[in-house]
Amino acid sequence: MDISVKEIEHIADLSRITLTVDEKNTFAKQLTNILGYIEKLNELDTDEVQPMAYATFLKNVFREDKLKSSFSRQEILELSPSSANGFFKVPKVIE
Amino acid sequence: MLSHELSANQIKEKIIKREITAQEVIEELFEWINLKEPLIKAYLCLDRDGAFLKAKEVDKKLDNGDKVGLLAGVPVALKDNICTVDIKTTCASKILEDFIPPYDAFVVKRIKEEDAIIIGKTNLDEFAMGSSNENSAFHVTRNPWNTDCIPGGSGGGSAAAVTADTVFMALGSDTGGSVRQPSAFCGNVGCKPTYGRVSRYGLVAFASSLDQIGSVTKDVYDAALLLQVVSGHDGFDSTSATVGVPDYISDINNVDGNLKIGVPKEFFGEGLNSEVGSAVMNALEIYKKNGAELIDLSLPHCGYAVATYYIIATAEASSNLARYDGVRYGHRSQLSEDNIIDMYSRVRAEGFGSEVKRRILLGNYVLSSGFYEDYYLKASKVRNLIRNDFEDAFKKVDCIISPTCPTPAFRIGEKITDPLQMYLSDIYTIPANLVGIPGISVPCGFTNTGLPIGMQILGKHFDERKILKVAKLFENGTDFHLKKPELN
Repeated sequence: MDISVKEIEHIADLSRITLTVDEKNTFAKQLTNILGYIEKLNELDTDEVQPMAYATFLKNVFREDKLKSSFSRQEILELSPSSANGFFKVPKVIE
Repeated sequence: MLSHELSANQIKEKIIKREITAQEVIEELFEWINLKEPLIKAYLCLDRDGAFLKAKEVDKKLDNGDKVGLLAGVPVALKDNICTVDIKTTCASKILEDFIPPYDAFVVKRIKEEDAIIIGKTNLDEFAMGSSNENSAFHVTRNPWNTDCIPGGSGGGSAAAVTADTVFMALGSDTGGSVRQPSAFCGNVGCKPTYGRVSRYGLVAFASSLDQIGSVTKDVYDAALLLQVVSGHDGFDSTSATVGVPDYISDINNVDGNLKIGVPKEFFGEGLNSEVGSAVMNALEIYKKNGAELIDLSLPHCGYAVATYYIIATAEASSNLARYDGVRYGHRSQLSEDNIIDMYSRVRAEGFGSEVKRRILLGNYVLSSGFYEDYYLKASKVRNLIRNDFEDAFKKVDCIISPTCPTPAFRIGEKITDPLQMYLSDIYTIPANLVGIPGISVPCGFTNTGLPIGMQILGKHFDERKILKVAKLFENGTDFHLKKPELN
Protein backbone atom coordinates (compact mmCIF):
# COMPACT_ATOMS: atom_id res chain seq x y z
CA MET A 1 0.00 0.00 0.00
CA ASP A 2 1.32 3.43 -0.92
CA ILE A 3 1.58 6.04 1.81
CA SER A 4 0.70 9.46 0.43
CA VAL A 5 2.18 12.78 1.47
CA LYS A 6 -1.26 13.62 2.84
CA GLU A 7 -1.17 10.59 5.12
CA ILE A 8 2.33 11.55 6.28
CA GLU A 9 0.98 15.01 7.14
CA HIS A 10 -1.82 13.44 9.16
CA ILE A 11 0.55 11.14 11.14
CA ALA A 12 3.03 13.98 11.62
CA ASP A 13 0.22 16.01 13.12
CA LEU A 14 -0.71 13.12 15.45
CA SER A 15 2.99 12.78 16.32
CA ARG A 16 3.39 16.52 16.98
CA ILE A 17 6.33 16.87 14.60
CA THR A 18 6.59 19.66 12.04
CA LEU A 19 8.02 18.26 8.80
CA THR A 20 9.67 20.03 5.87
CA VAL A 21 8.44 19.34 2.32
CA ASP A 22 11.55 17.24 1.65
CA GLU A 23 10.98 15.18 4.80
CA LYS A 24 7.35 14.53 3.85
CA ASN A 25 8.36 13.22 0.42
CA THR A 26 11.21 11.08 1.75
CA PHE A 27 9.18 9.61 4.61
CA ALA A 28 6.26 8.83 2.28
CA LYS A 29 8.60 6.78 0.07
CA GLN A 30 10.43 5.11 2.95
CA LEU A 31 7.28 4.21 4.90
CA THR A 32 5.72 2.78 1.75
CA ASN A 33 8.79 0.62 1.35
CA ILE A 34 8.87 -0.51 5.01
CA LEU A 35 5.11 -1.20 5.17
CA GLY A 36 5.43 -3.14 1.93
CA TYR A 37 7.95 -5.40 3.63
CA ILE A 38 5.74 -5.70 6.73
CA GLU A 39 2.85 -6.95 4.55
CA LYS A 40 4.54 -10.35 4.56
CA LEU A 41 2.89 -10.97 7.94
CA ASN A 42 -0.36 -11.45 6.02
CA GLU A 43 1.03 -14.74 4.69
CA LEU A 44 0.31 -16.14 8.16
CA ASP A 45 -3.10 -17.24 9.39
CA THR A 46 -3.34 -15.88 12.93
CA ASP A 47 -7.10 -16.11 13.52
CA GLU A 48 -6.68 -18.65 16.33
CA VAL A 49 -3.50 -17.10 17.83
CA GLN A 50 -3.54 -15.09 21.04
CA PRO A 51 -1.71 -11.74 20.93
CA MET A 52 1.38 -11.43 23.09
CA ALA A 53 2.31 -8.09 24.64
CA TYR A 54 5.16 -9.13 26.93
CA ALA A 55 7.96 -11.63 26.69
CA THR A 56 7.65 -13.02 30.20
CA PHE A 57 4.52 -13.84 32.13
CA LEU A 58 3.94 -10.78 34.22
CA LYS A 59 1.49 -10.40 37.03
CA ASN A 60 0.20 -7.19 38.48
CA VAL A 61 2.74 -5.73 40.84
CA PHE A 62 1.31 -4.23 44.01
CA ARG A 63 3.01 -2.23 46.69
CA GLU A 64 2.02 -0.62 49.98
CA ASP A 65 0.44 2.77 49.46
CA LYS A 66 3.03 4.49 51.62
CA LEU A 67 4.59 7.91 51.34
CA LYS A 68 8.20 7.82 50.12
CA SER A 69 10.75 10.54 49.66
CA SER A 70 11.07 11.97 46.16
CA PHE A 71 12.76 14.85 44.39
CA SER A 72 12.17 18.37 45.60
CA ARG A 73 10.14 20.71 43.40
CA GLN A 74 13.23 22.88 42.95
CA GLU A 75 15.41 19.98 41.68
CA ILE A 76 12.85 19.07 39.04
CA LEU A 77 12.14 22.64 37.94
CA GLU A 78 15.86 23.23 37.44
CA LEU A 79 15.75 20.67 34.61
CA SER A 80 13.08 22.62 32.78
CA PRO A 81 14.02 24.91 29.89
CA SER A 82 11.40 27.39 31.09
CA SER A 83 9.85 27.79 34.52
CA ALA A 84 8.52 30.60 36.71
CA ASN A 85 7.07 30.96 40.22
CA GLY A 86 7.42 27.26 40.95
CA PHE A 87 5.69 26.13 37.75
CA PHE A 88 6.64 24.92 34.27
CA LYS A 89 6.10 27.73 31.80
CA VAL A 90 4.32 27.02 28.48
CA PRO A 91 2.39 29.11 25.94
CA LYS A 92 -1.13 30.07 26.95
CA VAL A 93 -3.53 27.09 26.68
CA ILE A 94 -6.76 28.66 27.95
CA GLU A 95 -8.33 31.74 26.39
CA MET B 1 51.53 -6.30 28.63
CA LEU B 2 50.19 -2.77 29.09
CA SER B 3 47.56 -2.40 31.78
CA HIS B 4 44.76 -1.33 29.43
CA GLU B 5 45.17 -4.57 27.44
CA LEU B 6 44.18 -6.73 30.40
CA SER B 7 40.66 -8.01 30.98
CA ALA B 8 38.49 -6.43 33.66
CA ASN B 9 38.99 -9.35 35.99
CA GLN B 10 42.77 -9.33 35.45
CA ILE B 11 43.07 -5.63 36.25
CA LYS B 12 40.85 -6.07 39.30
CA GLU B 13 43.10 -8.88 40.60
CA LYS B 14 46.20 -6.70 40.11
CA ILE B 15 44.57 -3.79 41.93
CA ILE B 16 43.47 -5.99 44.82
CA LYS B 17 46.96 -7.52 45.11
CA ARG B 18 48.34 -3.94 45.07
CA GLU B 19 50.53 -4.67 42.03
CA ILE B 20 49.06 -1.48 40.62
CA THR B 21 46.87 1.18 42.23
CA ALA B 22 43.43 2.08 40.93
CA GLN B 23 44.72 5.61 40.35
CA GLU B 24 47.63 4.32 38.23
CA VAL B 25 45.18 2.30 36.15
CA ILE B 26 43.09 5.40 35.52
CA GLU B 27 46.18 7.47 34.70
CA GLU B 28 47.46 4.91 32.17
CA LEU B 29 43.99 4.43 30.73
CA PHE B 30 43.47 8.15 30.10
CA GLU B 31 46.89 8.35 28.43
CA TRP B 32 45.73 5.60 26.06
CA ILE B 33 42.34 7.30 25.57
CA ASN B 34 44.09 10.55 24.64
CA LEU B 35 46.07 8.68 21.98
CA LYS B 36 43.33 6.48 20.50
CA GLU B 37 39.99 8.17 21.13
CA PRO B 38 40.51 10.68 18.26
CA LEU B 39 40.63 7.71 15.84
CA ILE B 40 37.64 5.85 17.24
CA LYS B 41 35.40 8.53 18.78
CA ALA B 42 33.64 6.01 21.00
CA TYR B 43 32.77 8.46 23.76
CA LEU B 44 30.27 11.30 24.01
CA CYS B 45 31.73 12.41 27.32
CA LEU B 46 34.60 11.46 29.61
CA ASP B 47 34.59 11.98 33.37
CA ARG B 48 38.27 12.14 34.21
CA ASP B 49 37.81 13.97 37.51
CA GLY B 50 35.06 11.68 38.71
CA ALA B 51 37.15 8.64 37.76
CA PHE B 52 40.18 9.83 39.74
CA LEU B 53 38.02 10.64 42.73
CA LYS B 54 36.51 7.16 42.79
CA ALA B 55 39.91 5.52 42.17
CA LYS B 56 41.31 7.35 45.16
CA GLU B 57 38.43 6.06 47.26
CA VAL B 58 39.06 2.46 46.12
CA ASP B 59 42.80 2.76 46.83
CA LYS B 60 42.05 4.11 50.28
CA LYS B 61 39.75 1.18 51.05
CA LEU B 62 42.44 -1.26 49.97
CA ASP B 63 45.15 0.55 51.93
CA ASN B 64 42.96 0.37 55.02
CA GLY B 65 42.30 -3.31 54.46
CA ASP B 66 38.56 -2.66 54.02
CA LYS B 67 36.35 -4.97 52.00
CA VAL B 68 36.03 -3.97 48.34
CA GLY B 69 33.35 -4.78 45.75
CA LEU B 70 33.26 -7.28 42.88
CA LEU B 71 34.40 -4.62 40.40
CA ALA B 72 37.02 -2.95 42.61
CA GLY B 73 38.85 -0.33 40.58
CA VAL B 74 37.58 -1.58 37.21
CA PRO B 75 37.02 1.23 34.67
CA VAL B 76 33.54 0.90 33.14
CA ALA B 77 31.82 2.86 30.35
CA LEU B 78 28.08 3.37 29.98
CA LYS B 79 26.00 3.74 26.88
CA ASP B 80 24.65 7.29 26.97
CA ASN B 81 21.03 6.21 27.37
CA ILE B 82 21.72 5.00 30.91
CA CYS B 83 21.07 7.73 33.47
CA THR B 84 23.96 8.98 35.58
CA VAL B 85 23.51 11.55 38.29
CA ASP B 86 25.56 14.69 37.61
CA ILE B 87 26.81 13.39 34.23
CA LYS B 88 24.96 14.34 31.06
CA THR B 89 22.78 11.63 29.54
CA THR B 90 22.01 12.64 25.98
CA CYS B 91 20.82 9.49 24.16
CA ALA B 92 22.95 11.00 21.34
CA SER B 93 19.99 13.30 20.67
CA LYS B 94 19.76 17.06 20.38
CA ILE B 95 16.55 16.91 22.37
CA LEU B 96 18.52 15.77 25.45
CA GLU B 97 21.79 17.52 24.59
CA ASP B 98 22.09 19.22 28.00
CA PHE B 99 20.10 16.80 30.13
CA ILE B 100 21.70 15.95 33.49
CA PRO B 101 19.63 13.29 35.27
CA PRO B 102 18.78 13.82 38.93
CA TYR B 103 19.24 10.08 39.63
CA ASP B 104 21.37 7.03 38.80
CA ALA B 105 19.97 4.07 36.90
CA PHE B 106 19.70 0.86 38.95
CA VAL B 107 22.70 -0.62 37.12
CA VAL B 108 24.78 2.49 37.76
CA LYS B 109 23.98 2.33 41.45
CA ARG B 110 24.96 -1.35 41.48
CA ILE B 111 28.32 -0.96 39.76
CA LYS B 112 29.17 1.99 42.00
CA GLU B 113 28.34 -0.13 45.06
CA GLU B 114 30.77 -2.75 43.75
CA ASP B 115 33.53 -0.13 43.41
CA ALA B 116 33.62 0.17 39.62
CA ILE B 117 34.98 3.42 38.20
CA ILE B 118 32.84 5.18 35.60
CA ILE B 119 35.05 6.54 32.81
CA GLY B 120 32.46 8.11 30.55
CA LYS B 121 29.39 7.78 28.38
CA THR B 122 29.55 6.11 24.98
CA ASN B 123 28.05 6.96 21.62
CA LEU B 124 24.91 5.34 20.21
CA ASP B 125 22.35 5.75 17.48
CA GLU B 126 19.94 8.42 18.67
CA PHE B 127 17.64 6.87 21.32
CA ALA B 128 19.22 3.48 20.47
CA MET B 129 17.46 3.48 17.10
CA GLY B 130 19.85 2.14 14.51
CA SER B 131 22.30 -0.56 13.57
CA SER B 132 25.37 1.45 12.61
CA ASN B 133 25.90 4.38 15.00
CA GLU B 134 25.40 6.75 12.07
CA ASN B 135 22.18 8.05 13.65
CA SER B 136 24.05 9.74 16.51
CA ALA B 137 23.28 13.47 16.48
CA PHE B 138 26.89 14.19 17.46
CA HIS B 139 29.39 12.03 15.56
CA VAL B 140 29.95 8.60 14.03
CA THR B 141 32.02 6.09 16.01
CA ARG B 142 34.54 4.10 13.96
CA ASN B 143 35.16 0.36 14.01
CA PRO B 144 38.63 -0.19 15.55
CA TRP B 145 39.32 -3.03 13.08
CA ASN B 146 38.74 -0.77 10.08
CA THR B 147 37.97 2.87 10.67
CA ASP B 148 36.09 3.11 7.35
CA CYS B 149 33.53 0.69 8.78
CA ILE B 150 30.72 1.21 11.25
CA PRO B 151 31.11 -0.30 14.73
CA GLY B 152 27.50 -1.53 14.68
CA GLY B 153 24.56 -0.18 16.56
CA SER B 154 23.00 1.03 18.46
CA GLY B 155 25.68 0.46 21.12
CA GLY B 156 28.62 1.00 18.78
CA GLY B 157 30.40 3.33 21.20
CA SER B 158 30.54 0.78 24.01
CA ALA B 159 31.70 -2.00 21.69
CA ALA B 160 34.35 0.15 19.99
CA ALA B 161 35.70 1.38 23.35
CA VAL B 162 36.06 -2.15 24.74
CA THR B 163 37.79 -3.32 21.55
CA ALA B 164 40.11 -0.32 21.45
CA ASP B 165 41.00 -0.99 25.12
CA THR B 166 39.85 2.52 26.01
CA VAL B 167 37.76 0.90 28.74
CA PHE B 168 37.70 -2.56 30.39
CA MET B 169 33.99 -3.26 30.21
CA ALA B 170 30.78 -1.46 29.32
CA LEU B 171 27.03 -1.57 29.71
CA GLY B 172 24.64 -1.16 26.83
CA SER B 173 21.00 -1.78 26.01
CA ASP B 174 19.63 -4.36 23.60
CA THR B 175 16.18 -3.81 22.06
CA GLY B 176 16.74 -5.68 18.78
CA GLY B 177 20.43 -6.56 19.00
CA SER B 178 22.09 -3.31 20.10
CA VAL B 179 24.53 -5.10 22.42
CA ARG B 180 25.11 -8.31 20.45
CA GLN B 181 25.40 -6.85 16.93
CA PRO B 182 28.10 -4.21 17.71
CA SER B 183 29.94 -6.79 19.83
CA ALA B 184 30.00 -9.12 16.84
CA PHE B 185 31.19 -6.32 14.53
CA CYS B 186 33.91 -5.20 16.97
CA GLY B 187 35.02 -8.67 18.09
CA ASN B 188 34.07 -8.62 21.75
CA VAL B 189 31.59 -10.46 23.98
CA GLY B 190 28.09 -8.97 24.17
CA CYS B 191 25.40 -10.46 26.38
CA LYS B 192 21.70 -9.62 26.47
CA PRO B 193 20.12 -11.24 29.53
CA THR B 194 16.52 -12.45 29.80
CA TYR B 195 13.87 -9.71 29.70
CA GLY B 196 13.35 -8.66 33.32
CA ARG B 197 16.69 -10.04 34.57
CA VAL B 198 18.26 -6.58 34.85
CA SER B 199 16.24 -3.58 36.00
CA ARG B 200 15.46 -0.99 33.35
CA TYR B 201 15.08 1.76 35.95
CA GLY B 202 17.06 4.69 34.60
CA LEU B 203 17.45 3.25 31.11
CA VAL B 204 15.84 5.77 28.77
CA ALA B 205 12.89 3.87 27.31
CA PHE B 206 12.76 2.99 23.60
CA ALA B 207 10.50 -0.10 23.34
CA SER B 208 9.58 -1.16 26.83
CA SER B 209 8.58 -4.76 26.12
CA LEU B 210 11.88 -5.40 24.31
CA ASP B 211 14.54 -3.21 26.01
CA GLN B 212 17.08 -4.99 28.15
CA ILE B 213 20.39 -3.82 29.61
CA GLY B 214 23.38 -5.98 28.68
CA SER B 215 27.15 -6.26 28.98
CA VAL B 216 30.01 -5.60 26.54
CA THR B 217 33.26 -7.22 27.66
CA LYS B 218 36.64 -8.51 26.47
CA ASP B 219 35.88 -12.11 27.43
CA VAL B 220 33.15 -14.39 28.76
CA TYR B 221 34.40 -14.38 32.35
CA ASP B 222 34.04 -10.59 32.46
CA ALA B 223 30.49 -10.92 31.10
CA ALA B 224 29.62 -13.27 33.96
CA LEU B 225 31.21 -10.87 36.43
CA LEU B 226 29.34 -7.80 35.20
CA LEU B 227 26.01 -9.64 34.92
CA GLN B 228 26.44 -10.98 38.44
CA VAL B 229 26.60 -7.39 39.65
CA VAL B 230 23.69 -5.89 37.70
CA SER B 231 21.17 -8.78 37.73
CA GLY B 232 18.36 -9.06 40.26
CA HIS B 233 15.02 -7.69 41.29
CA ASP B 234 14.35 -3.97 41.60
CA GLY B 235 11.09 -2.53 42.88
CA PHE B 236 11.52 0.56 40.69
CA ASP B 237 11.01 -1.49 37.51
CA SER B 238 7.60 -3.17 37.56
CA THR B 239 8.75 -5.64 34.88
CA SER B 240 11.82 -6.65 36.88
CA ALA B 241 11.82 -10.41 37.53
CA THR B 242 11.72 -11.89 41.01
CA VAL B 243 13.53 -15.03 39.81
CA GLY B 244 16.65 -15.70 41.92
CA VAL B 245 20.06 -14.95 40.40
CA PRO B 246 22.42 -17.96 40.42
CA ASP B 247 26.21 -17.78 40.69
CA TYR B 248 27.39 -17.12 37.13
CA ILE B 249 31.09 -17.05 37.97
CA SER B 250 32.44 -19.86 40.12
CA ASP B 251 31.33 -22.81 38.00
CA ILE B 252 31.71 -21.19 34.59
CA ASN B 253 34.19 -23.74 33.23
CA ASN B 254 31.89 -26.74 33.78
CA VAL B 255 29.24 -27.53 31.22
CA ASP B 256 27.12 -30.05 33.06
CA GLY B 257 25.94 -33.21 31.30
CA ASN B 258 25.66 -33.78 27.56
CA LEU B 259 25.34 -30.50 25.73
CA LYS B 260 22.64 -30.41 23.06
CA ILE B 261 23.03 -27.52 20.61
CA GLY B 262 20.24 -26.57 18.24
CA VAL B 263 21.23 -25.38 14.76
CA PRO B 264 18.28 -23.54 13.17
CA LYS B 265 18.25 -23.80 9.38
CA GLU B 266 16.50 -20.41 9.02
CA PHE B 267 19.64 -18.70 10.38
CA PHE B 268 21.95 -20.25 7.79
CA GLY B 269 19.98 -19.53 4.63
CA GLU B 270 19.69 -16.80 2.04
CA GLY B 271 21.44 -13.52 2.80
CA LEU B 272 24.14 -15.04 4.99
CA ASN B 273 27.67 -13.97 4.05
CA SER B 274 29.69 -17.11 3.24
CA GLU B 275 32.69 -16.21 5.41
CA VAL B 276 30.39 -15.62 8.38
CA GLY B 277 28.56 -18.89 7.68
CA SER B 278 31.72 -20.98 7.53
CA ALA B 279 33.20 -19.40 10.68
CA VAL B 280 30.09 -20.39 12.63
CA MET B 281 30.09 -23.89 11.08
CA ASN B 282 33.73 -24.29 12.17
CA ALA B 283 32.75 -23.22 15.67
CA LEU B 284 30.01 -25.85 15.72
CA GLU B 285 32.63 -28.47 14.77
CA ILE B 286 34.68 -27.42 17.78
CA TYR B 287 31.66 -28.02 20.02
CA LYS B 288 31.16 -31.42 18.41
CA LYS B 289 34.78 -32.35 19.14
CA ASN B 290 34.12 -31.37 22.74
CA GLY B 291 31.31 -33.90 22.95
CA ALA B 292 28.30 -31.70 22.17
CA GLU B 293 25.44 -33.08 20.13
CA LEU B 294 24.33 -30.87 17.21
CA ILE B 295 20.62 -31.03 16.44
CA ASP B 296 19.11 -29.55 13.29
CA LEU B 297 16.15 -27.34 14.03
CA SER B 298 13.53 -25.26 12.35
CA LEU B 299 12.19 -21.99 13.76
CA PRO B 300 9.64 -21.50 10.98
CA HIS B 301 8.35 -18.07 12.02
CA CYS B 302 11.72 -16.36 12.50
CA GLY B 303 11.56 -15.09 8.93
CA TYR B 304 8.75 -12.83 10.14
CA ALA B 305 10.68 -11.46 13.13
CA VAL B 306 11.97 -8.26 11.51
CA ALA B 307 8.52 -7.30 10.21
CA THR B 308 6.99 -8.06 13.62
CA TYR B 309 9.70 -6.11 15.39
CA TYR B 310 9.34 -2.96 13.32
CA ILE B 311 5.66 -2.78 14.19
CA ILE B 312 6.00 -3.50 17.91
CA ALA B 313 9.19 -1.51 18.51
CA THR B 314 8.01 1.58 16.64
CA ALA B 315 4.54 1.45 18.25
CA GLU B 316 6.10 1.38 21.71
CA ALA B 317 8.65 4.04 20.75
CA SER B 318 5.99 6.43 19.47
CA SER B 319 4.36 6.22 22.87
CA ASN B 320 7.57 6.38 24.93
CA LEU B 321 8.95 9.35 23.01
CA ALA B 322 5.76 11.36 23.44
CA ARG B 323 7.31 12.61 26.69
CA TYR B 324 9.80 14.84 24.86
CA ASP B 325 7.72 17.97 24.70
CA GLY B 326 10.15 20.68 25.77
CA VAL B 327 8.24 21.37 28.98
CA ARG B 328 9.85 19.47 31.86
CA TYR B 329 13.35 18.89 30.47
CA GLY B 330 15.28 18.83 27.22
CA HIS B 331 15.41 21.06 24.20
CA ARG B 332 13.04 24.03 23.82
CA SER B 333 12.65 25.85 20.52
CA GLN B 334 13.99 29.40 20.35
CA LEU B 335 11.29 30.34 17.85
CA SER B 336 8.31 32.33 19.07
CA GLU B 337 5.62 30.27 20.72
CA ASP B 338 2.10 31.13 19.63
CA ASN B 339 0.35 28.07 20.96
CA ILE B 340 1.32 24.90 22.76
CA ILE B 341 0.74 22.49 19.85
CA ASP B 342 3.11 24.51 17.66
CA MET B 343 5.59 24.56 20.49
CA TYR B 344 5.56 20.75 20.84
CA SER B 345 5.80 20.28 17.10
CA ARG B 346 8.76 22.64 16.76
CA VAL B 347 10.62 21.20 19.74
CA ARG B 348 10.29 17.71 18.26
CA ALA B 349 11.12 18.82 14.71
CA GLU B 350 14.32 20.50 15.92
CA GLY B 351 15.26 17.93 18.56
CA PHE B 352 14.79 14.57 16.82
CA GLY B 353 16.89 13.21 13.95
CA SER B 354 15.53 11.46 10.84
CA GLU B 355 15.51 7.89 12.10
CA VAL B 356 13.70 8.83 15.30
CA LYS B 357 11.11 10.83 13.36
CA ARG B 358 10.67 7.95 10.91
CA ARG B 359 10.06 5.48 13.73
CA ILE B 360 7.64 7.75 15.59
CA LEU B 361 5.67 8.24 12.36
CA LEU B 362 5.65 4.52 11.63
CA GLY B 363 4.65 3.73 15.22
CA ASN B 364 1.79 6.19 15.22
CA TYR B 365 0.70 4.92 11.82
CA VAL B 366 0.46 1.26 12.91
CA LEU B 367 -1.42 2.28 16.05
CA SER B 368 -3.75 4.76 14.39
CA SER B 369 -7.44 4.14 14.04
CA GLY B 370 -8.27 1.73 11.21
CA PHE B 371 -4.76 0.22 11.12
CA TYR B 372 -4.31 -1.09 14.65
CA GLU B 373 -5.74 -4.55 13.93
CA ASP B 374 -3.91 -4.99 10.64
CA TYR B 375 -0.57 -4.07 12.09
CA TYR B 376 -0.11 -3.96 15.86
CA LEU B 377 -2.52 -6.74 16.73
CA LYS B 378 -1.28 -8.88 13.85
CA ALA B 379 2.32 -8.41 14.98
CA SER B 380 1.45 -9.28 18.58
CA LYS B 381 0.00 -12.57 17.35
CA VAL B 382 3.00 -13.38 15.17
CA ARG B 383 5.18 -12.62 18.18
CA ASN B 384 3.39 -15.45 19.97
CA LEU B 385 4.05 -17.81 17.05
CA ILE B 386 7.75 -16.95 17.23
CA ARG B 387 7.74 -17.65 20.96
CA ASN B 388 6.11 -21.04 20.33
CA ASP B 389 8.88 -21.88 17.85
CA PHE B 390 11.48 -21.31 20.56
CA GLU B 391 9.51 -23.16 23.22
CA ASP B 392 9.30 -26.21 20.98
CA ALA B 393 13.01 -25.96 20.18
CA PHE B 394 14.06 -25.72 23.81
CA LYS B 395 12.24 -28.98 24.57
CA LYS B 396 14.93 -30.65 22.46
CA VAL B 397 18.07 -28.56 23.04
CA ASP B 398 19.94 -26.66 25.77
CA CYS B 399 20.86 -23.73 23.56
CA ILE B 400 20.69 -22.52 19.97
CA ILE B 401 23.71 -21.36 17.99
CA SER B 402 23.65 -19.10 14.94
CA PRO B 403 25.63 -16.25 13.42
CA THR B 404 25.03 -13.00 15.34
CA CYS B 405 24.70 -11.02 12.09
CA PRO B 406 24.35 -12.01 8.45
CA THR B 407 27.43 -9.98 7.42
CA PRO B 408 30.54 -8.49 9.00
CA ALA B 409 30.66 -4.73 9.71
CA PHE B 410 29.64 -2.69 6.66
CA ARG B 411 31.14 0.56 5.46
CA ILE B 412 30.11 3.96 6.78
CA GLY B 413 27.39 5.32 4.49
CA GLU B 414 26.65 1.96 2.86
CA LYS B 415 23.11 1.51 4.18
CA ILE B 416 22.18 4.90 5.60
CA THR B 417 19.86 5.87 2.74
CA ASP B 418 17.92 2.60 2.81
CA PRO B 419 16.28 2.11 6.23
CA LEU B 420 14.86 -1.30 5.34
CA GLN B 421 18.28 -2.75 4.43
CA MET B 422 19.62 -1.36 7.69
CA TYR B 423 16.77 -3.02 9.63
CA LEU B 424 17.52 -6.37 7.98
CA SER B 425 21.03 -6.40 9.48
CA ASP B 426 19.36 -7.31 12.81
CA ILE B 427 17.59 -10.35 11.40
CA TYR B 428 19.28 -12.91 13.72
CA THR B 429 19.28 -10.87 16.91
CA ILE B 430 15.66 -9.62 16.91
CA PRO B 431 13.92 -12.95 17.72
CA ALA B 432 15.54 -13.10 21.20
CA ASN B 433 14.06 -9.69 22.07
CA LEU B 434 10.58 -10.61 20.85
CA VAL B 435 10.68 -13.83 22.87
CA GLY B 436 12.58 -12.36 25.84
CA ILE B 437 15.28 -15.05 26.00
CA PRO B 438 18.97 -14.40 26.77
CA GLY B 439 21.64 -14.32 24.07
CA ILE B 440 25.37 -13.83 23.92
CA SER B 441 27.64 -12.99 20.99
CA VAL B 442 31.21 -14.30 21.10
CA PRO B 443 34.02 -13.80 18.56
CA CYS B 444 34.41 -16.89 16.36
CA GLY B 445 36.63 -15.80 13.47
CA PHE B 446 37.74 -13.11 11.07
CA THR B 447 37.03 -12.37 7.43
CA ASN B 448 39.80 -12.25 4.79
CA THR B 449 39.88 -8.49 5.22
CA GLY B 450 40.34 -8.82 8.98
CA LEU B 451 36.88 -7.98 10.27
CA PRO B 452 35.59 -9.93 13.29
CA ILE B 453 32.77 -12.48 13.05
CA GLY B 454 30.38 -13.14 15.91
CA MET B 455 28.53 -16.28 16.91
CA GLN B 456 25.28 -16.03 18.85
CA ILE B 457 24.27 -18.46 21.59
CA LEU B 458 20.61 -18.27 22.68
CA GLY B 459 19.27 -19.88 25.84
CA LYS B 460 16.05 -20.52 27.72
CA HIS B 461 14.41 -17.79 29.80
CA PHE B 462 16.57 -17.02 32.87
CA ASP B 463 19.23 -19.56 31.81
CA GLU B 464 22.08 -17.05 31.38
CA ARG B 465 24.25 -19.43 33.37
CA LYS B 466 24.07 -22.06 30.63
CA ILE B 467 24.87 -19.76 27.71
CA LEU B 468 27.79 -18.25 29.63
CA LYS B 469 29.17 -21.74 30.19
CA VAL B 470 28.65 -22.71 26.55
CA ALA B 471 30.37 -19.48 25.46
CA LYS B 472 33.23 -20.12 27.87
CA LEU B 473 33.72 -23.65 26.56
CA PHE B 474 34.34 -22.23 23.08
CA GLU B 475 36.53 -19.41 24.34
CA ASN B 476 38.71 -21.83 26.32
CA GLY B 477 39.59 -23.65 23.11
CA THR B 478 40.11 -20.63 20.85
CA ASP B 479 41.99 -17.31 20.84
CA PHE B 480 39.75 -15.05 18.71
CA HIS B 481 38.87 -12.98 21.78
CA LEU B 482 42.56 -12.20 22.40
CA LYS B 483 43.23 -10.66 18.99
CA LYS B 484 43.72 -6.88 19.03
CA PRO B 485 43.30 -4.41 16.18
CA GLU B 486 46.23 -2.25 15.12
CA LEU B 487 45.12 1.25 15.95
CA ASN B 488 47.11 3.58 13.74
